[in-house]
Amino acid sequence: MNFLEQYNYWIVILLMMSGFYIVIAHGNLVKKLMGLTIFQTSVFILYISVSKVIGGTAPILNDQYTVYSNPLPHVLILTAIVVGVATTALGLALAVRIKEAYGTVEEDVIQEKDLQQEGSAE
Amino acid sequence: MDANLARSNQKKIRSRAIEILINVILLAFLAITALSLAFTKDLFASVMLTGIYSLLSAAFFVLMDAVDVAFTEAAVGAGISTILMVTTLTMTGRYENRKLHHPLIALCVVAVTGVMLIIGTMDMPAFGSDVAPAQVHVAPYYIMQSGEDIDIPNIVTSVLASYRGFDTFGEVVVVFTAVVGVLALLEFSRKESDITEKPAPMFQHKILRIVSKILIPPIMLFALYVQFHGEYGPGGGFQAGVIFASAIILYAMLFGVEQTRKAVSMPVVKVFAALGVLIYGSVGIVSMLNGGNYLDYNALFENDITGQHVGIIIIELGVGITVATAMILIFLTFARRIGKSNSNSGTKEGTA
Amino acid sequence: MIQHLPILQVIIPLLAAPICFILKEARLVRWFVLIANVMAFVVSIMLLQQVNLNGTLVYSLGGWDAPVGIEYRIDKLNAYLLILVTSISTITLMAAGKSLTKEISESKITYFYIAYMLCLTGLLGIVTTGDAFNVFVFLEISSLASYTMIAMGNDRRSLWASYQYLIMGTIGATFILIGIGLMYMMTGTLNMYDLAERLPEVEHTKTVFTAFAFFLVGVCLKLALFPLHLWLPNAYAYAPSIATVFLAATATKVAIYVLLRFIFSVYGFEFSFSHLPLTEILVSLGLLGIIAASIVAIYQTNVKRLFAYSSVSQIGYMILGIGIGTKTGLTATMLHLFNHALMKSAIFLALAGVVYRVGSVNIKAFAGLGRQMPWTMAAIVIGGLSLIGVPLTVGFVSKWYLVLALLESNWWPIAVLVLIGSLLAIAYIWRIVEVAYFKPALQNNQSYKEAPLAILIPAWIFVLANIYFGIDTSFTAGVSEATAELLFGVAE
Repeated sequence: MNFLEQYNYWIVILLMMSGFYIVIAHGNLVKKLMGLTIFQTSVFILYISVSKVIGGTAPILNDQYTVYSNPLPHVLILTAIVVGVATTALGLALAVRIKEAYGTVEEDVIQEKDLQQEGSAE
Repeated sequence: MDANLARSNQKKIRSRAIEILINVILLAFLAITALSLAFTKDLFASVMLTGIYSLLSAAFFVLMDAVDVAFTEAAVGAGISTILMVTTLTMTGRYENRKLHHPLIALCVVAVTGVMLIIGTMDMPAFGSDVAPAQVHVAPYYIMQSGEDIDIPNIVTSVLASYRGFDTFGEVVVVFTAVVGVLALLEFSRKESDITEKPAPMFQHKILRIVSKILIPPIMLFALYVQFHGEYGPGGGFQAGVIFASAIILYAMLFGVEQTRKAVSMPVVKVFAALGVLIYGSVGIVSMLNGGNYLDYNALFENDITGQHVGIIIIELGVGITVATAMILIFLTFARRIGKSNSNSGTKEGTA
Repeated sequence: MIQHLPILQVIIPLLAAPICFILKEARLVRWFVLIANVMAFVVSIMLLQQVNLNGTLVYSLGGWDAPVGIEYRIDKLNAYLLILVTSISTITLMAAGKSLTKEISESKITYFYIAYMLCLTGLLGIVTTGDAFNVFVFLEISSLASYTMIAMGNDRRSLWASYQYLIMGTIGATFILIGIGLMYMMTGTLNMYDLAERLPEVEHTKTVFTAFAFFLVGVCLKLALFPLHLWLPNAYAYAPSIATVFLAATATKVAIYVLLRFIFSVYGFEFSFSHLPLTEILVSLGLLGIIAASIVAIYQTNVKRLFAYSSVSQIGYMILGIGIGTKTGLTATMLHLFNHALMKSAIFLALAGVVYRVGSVNIKAFAGLGRQMPWTMAAIVIGGLSLIGVPLTVGFVSKWYLVLALLESNWWPIAVLVLIGSLLAIAYIWRIVEVAYFKPALQNNQSYKEAPLAILIPAWIFVLANIYFGIDTSFTAGVSEATAELLFGVAE
């Protein structure tokens, strides 16, 4: 039973880390944002796992039930989801502008172009 | 032992076993999706995987009794973000470079972070335990008292709109900030804006056109239902806003952005985006003028419960208005950029 | 209305932002924003008065007392920071009208002002709140607004800088979210003071350690502690000048405030310094930051970027002060927090003047500027002297306290390293002085006029503040000592 108790959390950590890895290791700006989404969504899964009470039900008051899962993390994550999509939208807008300005959305090419520009400014 | 009790116990155990099984399978699916995302080079496939990931996590949230969260995640993660990402990809290109950026260092950073977290799980309260600290402090207050304090069935709405109403206000401001950011980055200044629009790519699909024409009114109606039903079931301003926006987005995808801009006046939409924030904020001001603290709905009316109800309905309306208009504005701004971005992709300098 | 001051501090700039969005007209918006800023400044002064009179102010939002609801809690530390943020934001805004017309296309100026107000709202919200999750929400408001402001620079590199900041900032915010989640898991509360009461019961669990670690890393990403500073130099260098002034002077300071609040008020001195090797980590990273960032600064050709690296090294001093773990050390940090804000506001505002006239901040463009723009260059030089820590400037006061704290703990080798850091600062400031005063103007340079008064006057307000608070230290040192005592008092 002990394994199953922490199983949720361990998988969630695996999920978070794969998102985190995509953010750091991938060079495509849009892909990085996808990684960020996965990373954040996985943190949401962690929060929601905390709220679960075994044998409980959704926190909508009803005379039939007495045990409810914890509503507070739900509220926090509702807020966090919105924050997440706001960040994604802004990040994508930046990616579009970067594509227009640099002609690419690959990190290494952008950095190369910046170095060239700095070199020519010397 | 009483036979009845034994049978109901057995039933409980069986349903619990099924729950665990679904739980394990969902998490496994999530893991597969996340890992395959890391290895996919086709960005359209990646967007779909991200959407699937959101949908799966929404299913997981339902399993964890978080119905409101599931609703939002499905609408936002699988809906809005996916659309925005696809729109972006039409401008930035479909395939990513194969080269990873210092993969070994990245792997080390990720491994260290992961190990830290695993160490963190060692002393965590067991999953689902009803005596965990999170379940015995503060949360019981919401469960026991919200019926009396606020008198609406959905506790999540009570906490969201009243007990922690200020967080939600902050959330609306975040959405508003994103709108300002996207407009600042992608909106055309007046002289740039005279682009001739090509017919929308989907326009020639007659079936799509007719089906969506039939669908758009019920979607809007459903949005209103979700808006005003948030006190009783899962839903509320945020979800309603996203659903409402999705009807307009659907229209824009089929009939073109310029056509949509004729149907929906942009200056008006902008005013409403700001108005939603102001509606929310002014509820707080009114309660201050009535002698209560900021966002104290009890101060709105003689009767506390009426005050809470009215307060919640108004702020949910503010949330709904800002979110709907924000999503419409963000999508239309992105979509209008496509024309310019593609004609510009040859030239390298393009900054303002 | 007096009892509503804490919330007015945040909602005045907050509600001003959507109103500006409706007003649209840039000139109208400018005045409106300025008025809202002045109001926020007045509120912050009244708040400090109230705190001095009545002690800590507590304000329950929605009428729900913490920990059920969200509360605002203002003691001397918050009040001090609120004044710092609102005053700098107001003075910076005076210069905005002129500077922005030169750097941002006309149709976007309104958006810049709105983003500025939202950023201010976010920062004020972080400082006033007593709720851990509310910190996250307002942190994101200020972050999204600052990404927007940075991306509006007129060089394409501003876009890339903003994107990098967005990625690192969001990773930081997500780490903070993980930290808060784990704390909640172990205590069941989000209120900072309730957390402080409940954490000791579980302080030996590994989960609480992990929560602390993630929170710290997240905040350190935001405050650009070496080696997590990678986003900062480009962001400061390519952002519009006004955004650079505002962010350099306030955003990192607010992040340091969050760090102090959680180390001292939430977790407590005992936990942070006895159970964890926090001293070793903060002192070594602080020192590394001071030395490495100063050396990199010497080799910069973009002067804004040079001072951005200098900011990274100055953050090192503040972190070092916290790491010492004594009252004097903390006083030094608090002093430097205030003083560094003054120095960098003066310097970056003067640079805004240079951008306005010359259009470039490349070091070569500075040739001969010492004679052509004497007042502007004088502002940069005095700010630079303050960065070095020359007596009669504020920089001297905070370095003095820092060295004092180090000697108190008998860490004289570190004190020597701090002084070497000052020598490195001389090196990078001298490069600018040399070019500006001892090199003839470039041939193709038309002679530049002095920066417009609208920029020069705010810059000189900060310069004079640098000198005034360098001579009369009673206010700053007094407040810093009081807040240091307060933080340690909470810990006892």
